[in-house]
Amino acid sequence: MSEIRPEERLAAALARLILAPDAPPARHIAVGAASPLPAAACWLVKKQGHPVRLSLLHKRSGNPFTEGTRELFDLTGQGRIDLFFLGGGQIDGQANLNLVGTGAWPGKDVRFPGSFGSAFMYMMSHRTILFREEHSPRVLVERVDNISANGVNEPGVFRRGHAQALVTGKCVFAFHPARARFSLLSLHPGETVESIRAATGFGFDAPDQVPQTPDPTPAELELLRGPVCDEMLETYPEFCARVFDRKIAA
Amino acid sequence: MTTPISLEAMAASVPDGALIALPPDNSLPSVALAKALVRRGARGLRLLGVPVAGFAADMLIGAGCVAEIETSAVSLGEAGFAPRFSAAVRAGTLVVRDCTCPAVHTMLQAAEKGVPFMPLRGLIGSDILAHRPDWTVIANPYADQGEDPIVLLPAISPDVAIFHAAMADADGNVWLGRRRECATIAHASKRALVTVERVVEGNFLEDERLAAGTINATYVTEIAIAERGAHPVALLDEYGTDAAYVADYARMAKTEAGFAAWLEREVLGPRAAAAE
Repeated sequence: MSEIRPEERLAAALARLILAPDAPPARHIAVGAASPLPAAACWLVKKQGHPVRLSLLHKRSGNPFTEGTRELFDLTGQGRIDLFFLGGGQIDGQANLNLVGTGAWPGKDVRFPGSFGSAFMYMMSHRTILFREEHSPRVLVERVDNISANGVNEPGVFRRGHAQALVTGKCVFAFHPARARFSLLSLHPGETVESIRAATGFGFDAPDQVPQTPDPTPAELELLRGPVCDEMLETYPEFCARVFDRKIAA
Repeated sequence: MTTPISLEAMAASVPDGALIALPPDNSLPSVALAKALVRRGARGLRLLGVPVAGFAADMLIGAGCVAEIETSAVSLGEAGFAPRFSAAVRAGTLVVRDCTCPAVHTMLQAAEKGVPFMPLRGLIGSDILAHRPDWTVIANPYADQGEDPIVLLPAISPDVAIFHAAMADADGNVWLGRRRECATIAHASKRALVTVERVVEGNFLEDERLAAGTINATYVTEIAIAERGAHPVALLDEYGTDAAYVADYARMAKTEAGFAAWLEREVLGPRAAAAE
């Protein structure tokens, strides 16, 4: 089997977080457009035989919603979405997300596309996995310039879930809502606690021994390169061509 | 019986300063009508992205047609950031009211029901809420215990809903399948201007298989025929996204001059007009 691509390692790491035994069950997962990797991780979980319902917002054929996109938010408002994925142009140490832009509101320095559904989904999903491939002090900041979606709330505000983890191109962090702080869960190959500290703008906790993010198993790789890619070709053609060397038949 | 009007007449019926609701790039925007608005030199438009905005909004902003936009995002999808929107934010020439997707839907649903406001969960702690003086936080009057703060959003009734549908029938009903956000904006808006690929005989509401994907003519003010009227955006299962066209736009619209050349070639010039 050919060399493991970084994307394949990330997809497998995300899939393990989806199935984490200490997290609430993932019966219904919704995936937005943010990145193909969360979608790949969800398909991996499904192709492993776990009974999970996937609602892929940007699937053109067979889109799950027949009442328009509001249906996703209505489902989430009711508590029927167990897991969602979010990213951010900036993510800070309290798991606040900035999708609006840097500088003064509404992004006078660099304007990002906007907050999408984050200000609602982050609070109303049972849990959220944060994903951002770029791991740099520019992205992972002490304090975001603008808060699209906040990581924690004051007591008394209705909130169903929080960030479970933050997966980057260098490591996996766990998030602890009670103390509003990340801790290092695993390091991707070649990284150390020191290299992560150097690339991260916010403070985080680290145990004495941090394990390495495991390689995808041969069975996981086989699923990713075969049936998972088959499912993703229509929605993410560029990703499939780049990572799996696969193109839609003309 | 509804008689289609011309695209240019439809554009002429949209006054300067109108509040226009637009669906996003995965839900049937009428790019044809947006181009006609650019050609008619519309000014001071206020756009509402339902719940986000895409190609048509970026083009209208670049062409100087837009004074304000309320949306949860403006994006060209796989082609990246919306270049003319980003430039206008940087230049301070565009009023941006940032929103979050379910808030847009909720404000329109309040208008559909004819009630002045609706509550929405979430939002508390977000800077979106902090920058919306028109949004209010109240204590849930039905709370079992504690204050249970919850956000109230005002109803929003756009002047005009603009979208593209696959077809209209002889009675002026339009069919667009499962993309029901277009129904929401048609219901909530004072007028709905709908471009279609074609007009067919019969009445969709008489066909059980078509009725659920139909918007009743009650909500449809005018219809204009615009073949490939969503292009470069996809139309259901009829045609896909023209990714190369969007990528070319994204590249050219990075600069003011590049955008002007694109506009001349694709919207304003004689060749572009002849193609409509």
